[in-house]
Amino acid sequence: MPSPTFQEVRDVPTAMEIYKLLPKKNCGECKLPTCLAFAMQLANQKVSLEACPYVSPEAKSALEESGAPPIRLVTFGAGDKAAQVGDETQLFRHDKTFYHPTVLGLIADDAEGIDAMKAKIDAAHAAEFERVGQMLRVDSVAIRHSTGSADDFVEAVKIAAARELPVVIMCEDAAVAAKAAEACADRKPLLYRATPANLDQMAELAKGKSLPLVIGGTSSLEELSQMADKAKKAGVTDMVLEPGDGSAGMVLENLTAIRRAAVKSRFRPFGYPTAMVLGASTSDHMKAALGVMKYSSIVLMEELPREMLYPLLALRQNVFTDPQVPIQVKPGLYAVGEPTEKSPVMFTTNFSLTYFTVRADIEKSKLPAWLLVVDTEGQSVMTAFAAGKLTPESVAKAIEDEKLKEKNTREEIIIPGMVSRMSGKLNELSGLKVSVGPRESSGLPKMMKSLSG
Amino acid sequence: LGFELPKEKYGGRIKEVAIGATKEQGGTRSRRLVAGGSNGLAFHSFESESPHKPLVVMDVVDTVRMVPERLQESMGSAVNDPVEWARKCEGEWGADACVLKLQSANPEEEDRSAEELESLTKKVLESVGLPLLVYGCGFEEKDAKVIEAVSNAAKGERLFLGLAEEKAYKSIAAASMANGHGVVAFSNLDINLAKQMNILLLDFGMKPENIIMDPLMAALGMGLEYSYSNIERLRLGALSGDPVLQMPMICDCSCAWNVPEATEENPDRGQAELRGIYWEAMTAYAAVVAGADIVIMRHPRAVGMFRDAVADLSGGA
Repeated sequence: MPSPTFQEVRDVPTAMEIYKLLPKKNCGECKLPTCLAFAMQLANQKVSLEACPYVSPEAKSALEESGAPPIRLVTFGAGDKAAQVGDETQLFRHDKTFYHPTVLGLIADDAEGIDAMKAKIDAAHAAEFERVGQMLRVDSVAIRHSTGSADDFVEAVKIAAARELPVVIMCEDAAVAAKAAEACADRKPLLYRATPANLDQMAELAKGKSLPLVIGGTSSLEELSQMADKAKKAGVTDMVLEPGDGSAGMVLENLTAIRRAAVKSRFRPFGYPTAMVLGASTSDHMKAALGVMKYSSIVLMEELPREMLYPLLALRQNVFTDPQVPIQVKPGLYAVGEPTEKSPVMFTTNFSLTYFTVRADIEKSKLPAWLLVVDTEGQSVMTAFAAGKLTPESVAKAIEDEKLKEKNTREEIIIPGMVSRMSGKLNELSGLKVSVGPRESSGLPKMMKSLSG
Repeated sequence: LGFELPKEKYGGRIKEVAIGATKEQGGTRSRRLVAGGSNGLAFHSFESESPHKPLVVMDVVDTVRMVPERLQESMGSAVNDPVEWARKCEGEWGADACVLKLQSANPEEEDRSAEELESLTKKVLESVGLPLLVYGCGFEEKDAKVIEAVSNAAKGERLFLGLAEEKAYKSIAAASMANGHGVVAFSNLDINLAKQMNILLLDFGMKPENIIMDPLMAALGMGLEYSYSNIERLRLGALSGDPVLQMPMICDCSCAWNVPEATEENPDRGQAELRGIYWEAMTAYAAVVAGADIVIMRHPRAVGMFRDAVADLSGGA
């Protein structure tokens, strides 16, 4: 693959490089006999630099810098629903995984008035969906100061901060932003944003209250990098980069440039998560989808119509699934339609894709059925069968565990055509008549119609 | 500490494949489309060139049995008549091409004969000027007859015939080679299988410029992440110089309408029809962002949404 892996690009210093920076006293206070031994352990990340009482501040910052992750992990909000963004190491999810799903936020603007803002705060908290065993939700509320009154704005920030979701304070007037931050500093809001015009004041506010700060409003990536550098020198540690708006093509270019610079070139000023702020049009909705796929850590939107929100959240769930760990559904006996004790029973595995496909095919028949989902640790029928995770024993156990015979008196189970070989053994173990179904579940409607006919 | 945009240069380039033939080129199509040609990742215009925009091929299915109910309601009566449906695609809906899916050949369902389907294909060709892809029903023996008849009847039109699969490709490949058509090479979500499929077709004597790859697009919520990464890997493999992976990719996103959660009534998730439209548009969008050159789509509003988004990605409308 042309994209180098994290290990290849991560320039962790060697033991000799570390040794040069150590005091070379061989005092033994780190519990290791020599500074060289300590350096070797450090290079392997077995000990912490803290163990050395004599290391100089310069050496300390140099070592911490080179050992830091390519993109800083930034947290905002507090409690169970605090948002974590950044700490990504890849350009392509297949090289390892993307770690922190894009945080979606709903913007409540003070031009709409305090009541509308309250309604939006409620709406953001209400937008929750369960999908394949995970809760998908809007992750934050952004309160924006535009043409409304500053008092309404601060009031809305207070109301939002009293709820669970992390808050973004959107205000470029540092004095007003300070009031809002004052009202909820313990809830660790994200400050939006420092621009070339207010960088000094916003950096001071962020530093003073130890809050993360969005850097944006620049006309080029070069300027953005200079601002990030300046904010860092002013003492801001947690930053989020907003590379600016424009066409979706521009957004893709900017976000790709920042991710590459951070991960491949280890360009420090871009070693932070990213954000984009969108409007309410259909093209903004598609840009949000782009942000999810292509490196935007935070996407703030003016409206989140549910027809769009649900697919967008499903997309996010898909893209941020760890390629090594398949999404699983809970094993168990599922009713498709309204089955009775006479309805047919079939089984499949708990790999979510397999389950969904089989279920959809059963639904196409418009006939009710029981679907027994056997735990195969998320593997598909053929993979699980080959790996010994789908066996007559495991199916018989699932039949037993789910008390199938109490719920169904048909005394028959339909098995996937691909595993017809387990028929005899399964019959022996379960006592049920075993019927071999189609090799592909697309054949199920036909089979079910013939059963009922 | 100045910032320099990190650019990637790849050694490989996607082959340009032409679909459809005009009068001068020996056919009767009103236009010839070209897919592929890019030497970089999708929409990375800051470091590569992509001479051709992604193409939108619209679905035309010859039996309403295979059209989900939600879509029938939403798309109107044209779905009952493939000729009318194709006309709509060309006129009102602005498709670049159509794919005529001859599902009624299914020997376990309508079982329409090769002759009937040949005459249907002719009728569609007479009724619209769009370049055409023609797919069989997926039953090997039947498809061999149907595709051969279609191929003969459309000599010179430069159709793309499908789907060639690892266990059933010879008859389709032969039918395409006999009359100057191309082939859609299907593989099941795996970079090695995609490569293997192309090798089989090349060994059989097909020219690379007559092959389009279909690496299986799983819809949003139905394994999209597998397809997304598979397409990215295929594209990176092609760009890094593997000639057997340099065919353009086609992704059939019509599967979005078969996803229950995309179209079921559930007011908590918004209005069902519009949700379905977003579902398809986002599926297709993910396909091209990952690297697809051609998408197959169904709903005219999803097509509109997709086209606007692609124009935006290509640097403005």
